[in-house]
Parts: sequence; structure tokens; C-alpha cells
Amino acid sequence: MTDNAIETHALRKEFGENVAVRGLTLQVKRGEVFGFLGPNGAGKTTSIKMLLGLVAPTSGRGALLGKPIGDRAARAKAGFLPEHFRFHDWLTAGEFLRLHGELYGMGAAPIASRSAELLELVGLAPFRDKQLRTFSKGMLQRVGLAQALLNYPGLVFLDEPTSGLDPVGRRLVRDIIHDLRAQGTAVFLNSHLLSEIEITCDRVAFIKHGEVIRVDELKALANGQTSVTLRARGLTPELLGGLERWGRDIRADGEHVTLSVAEDGALPAITRYLVQGGADVYALTPQRLSLEEVFIQTVGTEGVL
Amino acid sequence: MSPILVIARLTFREAWRRRIVTAAIVLGGAFLLLFSLGFFFIRGEAARSGASLEDAAARQAFNVILTAGLYAVNFLTLAMGALLAADTLAGEINTGTVQALVTKPIRRSAIVIGKWLGFAGMLLLYLLVMAGGVIVSVRLQAGYTAPNLERALGLMYLTALLMMTITLACSSRMSALAAGGTVFGLYGLAFIGGWVEQIGGALRNETAVNVGIFASLINPSEALWKRAAHEMSSPLLRAMTGFNPFAGASPPSDVMIAYALVYMLVVFALALGWFARRDL
Repeated sequence: MTDNAIETHALRKEFGENVAVRGLTLQVKRGEVFGFLGPNGAGKTTSIKMLLGLVAPTSGRGALLGKPIGDRAARAKAGFLPEHFRFHDWLTAGEFLRLHGELYGMGAAPIASRSAELLELVGLAPFRDKQLRTFSKGMLQRVGLAQALLNYPGLVFLDEPTSGLDPVGRRLVRDIIHDLRAQGTAVFLNSHLLSEIEITCDRVAFIKHGEVIRVDELKALANGQTSVTLRARGLTPELLGGLERWGRDIRADGEHVTLSVAEDGALPAITRYLVQGGADVYALTPQRLSLEEVFIQTVGTEGVL
Repeated sequence: MSPILVIARLTFREAWRRRIVTAAIVLGGAFLLLFSLGFFFIRGEAARSGASLEDAAARQAFNVILTAGLYAVNFLTLAMGALLAADTLAGEINTGTVQALVTKPIRRSAIVIGKWLGFAGMLLLYLLVMAGGVIVSVRLQAGYTAPNLERALGLMYLTALLMMTITLACSSRMSALAAGGTVFGLYGLAFIGGWVEQIGGALRNETAVNVGIFASLINPSEALWKRAAHEMSSPLLRAMTGFNPFAGASPPSDVMIAYALVYMLVVFALALGWFARRDL
């Protein structure tokens, strides 16, 4: 299916005894902005590295833009901004873009015009002839982003693209991602900044211990989950157990109970259930779950480094 | 432009800008200056004692001094090759700089080959300048030129390339420090092995000679130098028996040269293989 920007089937990576990625199976559509969320050590960066040919999978297969991963042709139209972006810092910004353009196989004239265009886009045009070693972290990240976009890619991998940027820089990256999506370029985004994922992504995958726990449309997440906090007296374990009919992740701490429910209709049902069960309900408050809540609930806090 | 040439050009320019090259130039320049000065005084002495510059004995002396100078150049060149190549892959892997390169639509081998070519170019330039400086200095001051200089220089270049290739291979697999250490260790091994072989030859001790030969199989660099020195030495010098620090009693054969070439190719293939399979 060449309709997908990325396709993987049971991609697995073992480093000796350690299973970094357990069995990654996912599809990212063309023109989709896909977020990858998970705690440190979950296998996010290893997964990207397998897709880009930096790391050879132990088993499984995948395809980028219809071509098998590890194939050079697969990388021709893929851009990559590494998390710990380090470049040859004695090059000027212009020379840097020319180097990477040449490695993409672009001709001299297209490189020159595209570099100028991209430097303008990321706000670094006045620094074309300055060495990268004089750049701040934010500037390096932006020039790295420009490098990823050189060859008009159909797919761009961004590993923590806004980590070094101030709010203006982050807004810039967000706008660039929106433009890419409008142009039909897929974006695969690793980020710890949940707020960024919330704003930019179409779909998000939660990954933990090398396994994708769930994949959701962000719109569905926003609509689907409601966190309910209630305060009641006379809650017995059986009563609490019965709440599983409407919600999940039930946590009780004395009088306070939190759980997440799938739909609003559950609220009156829960209230009736508790009252009929003999509890005294003092408060019942629904809250839209933020992505952060879902993250913590789904992925949990164990294994966070 | 082919990716190999892109990387080669990048490597050459990067090497040019690095402090190692600056240090090598300054050191090299200082060496040339000292050498020329030393030669000037020696020649002066020879002239004062009545010997003509055409004198056979004088020419012998010039030959020994020229050979000594080139021995130093040989060491400087191969040291530069090792120092440049040690950090190249190891450092880039460590900092992650290599990631943006390897994820381009190029073969990993293009990176290794490109780096090799870039360093080979740098080493050629350095060798020509340094060796040229020594040779020209002797020629200008004493009108003496050793025979078979092209062959000698060719062998010196091969030596430098060999050590650079070994360093590059180590750099693809271990840290820069380990790579540099390994190569200098190999150099020391060959150096001492060369002496052991000479002493063994002089004392007619077969075991010592074999140890020396074994060392040169592990690292042919010293054997290559001995052959280069032999090429440059005058027939009179070759007939000399006894201890000569810059030539052995029996010079290495063409087989040794072929061995060194094959050795280099094998190590290069190893470098390609290691880097191709490495998780980055």
C-alpha cells in the first residue's frame, strides 16, 4: 500500500538481552501529523532510527513512502532532525545546507534557491555566512529543520524539534508543521511537550517498554475521555468495584475517588448507582482529560527515567 | 557530485581547518628549519676539513643525513594520518553528527571511502611538502640528490596510507583514543621489531630475526621504511656491513610490499564492513 507514508509490521529491536522495541506495527498516512509519546527509554528514538536505517531491526519489516526501510531510495524523500542535533560546526549555514543538499543528490542551482528559501522560512537568512559554531541552540535547531526540508520531502521525522526553542521559535515550528501537512507531507513527531502534540498532531501513539499501547485520534481523545472526581462517604469496596461498569482507572483515596469515563451519560448513572448503594455523594465533577492525563494513565509513571 | 566526493571534500576541508594540521605545519616547519640549519653546519665542517663536496665520503654522509631527515618526515606523516583519522568516525558517532549524514540517500560505504580519500589527499600534500623540503634543502646546499627518490616517496606514502587505514578502521569500531592508541602501539611494535631483527641479523640469532619478521607481519610500516631507505641508499652504503640505523642488512622484498598492499585492502574492507553494520 503506497498510500501510507510509513508502514511497519512487527518491527523489533533487541540490544542483547534488552528489548528496546517489542513489536511496532503502525501506519502513518500521507499528509498526516503523527505524534509519538512515551516515557524516556520507551523506544521512541530507537523506532525512528530503525525507520531511517540508523539501526537495523532484529526482526520485522517496514516501509517509508512505499519503499522498504534500509533502502537508500526510501531516504531520498525523507527529512530528519535528530534530537541531539550536532553538525559540522565549522561550516557556515549556507555551506551546511549545500553539503546536505549535495548528499540528497540535488543540483547546485536547486540547492542554492531552496537554501535561500528555507533560511528565510526559519528566520536565519541574515546568518547564511556565519559559522554554525556561533549559533545558539535554538538557531541550530532551526537550521537543522531547514536541512530536513531541503529535498521537498514526503515525510519528515522530528525528534524533539522544539526542545531548545523559545515560544516564538516553537510557534515557528508549529506553523511549519501545519504548512507541511497542507502540502501533503507527513510528519512523524517525537515530543515530550504534550502541549505541542496536542496542538499539532492528528493522531498520537502511546509507547511504553517498546510497545505501542494505543493509538488515538486527538479529536477522539478530547471527546472521549472525561475525568470524574467525586467525594462521597460510605463507599465500600464492592460499591467502588461496581463503578467499573462506566469507567476505568478508578482510584480511591478515602472519600475522594477519581475515574475516567467514556461518555457524559455515565455521570447521572454513576450518581444513581452510588446513592442507591447507600453512599452519600457530596460532589461529582467532570473534567475534560488533557493529553497529559491520558498519557499518565495510559503509560503510567513506572519506568519513567 | 557523487556522495563519495562530497564526503572527501568535506573531510579534506575539515582536516585542513583542524589544529592538528596547523600543529603539523608548525612542527614540520620547525623541523625543516632545524634540519636545514644542521645540514648547513655539517656541510660547513666538511668543507673546512678540506673534503670536496663531490667526495665519495661526503656524498655518503649527505645520504645518511637525507635518509635521517626523511625518516623523521615518514614518522610525522604517518603520525598525522593517525591523528586525523582517529577521531573521524568515532567522534562523529559519539556526538551524533554522523546521524544526519547516514540518513541521507547514500551508502554507508560512501562515507568511509570519502573520508579515506580526503585523508589520502591531505597526507599526499603533507608528504610532498615535507619530503620536498628536506630533499630541496640538501640539494640546494650540497648539490646532492639521492637515487630512486620517487620509489622511496611512494613507499613512504604507502606507509602513511596503511597506518591511516588502520586508524580509520579502528575509529569505526572503538573510541578515538583507543583507535589512536592502537595505531601508535602498532607503530611501536614494528619499530622495536625492526631493531630486534637487525640485532638478530648482526648477532646471527635466528630467533631474534624471526621475531622481527613476525612483528613486521603484524605491522609492515617499518619494513616499508627499510625498503624505502634501501632504495635511496648509495651502492656503497648498501655494501656496508654492520649497524645502520636506517637500513637493514637485508632489505624487504617486493613480496613485503605486496603484503602491505593486501593488508591495507583487507583492513579497509573491515572498516567498510564494520561501519555498514554498526547501530548508530
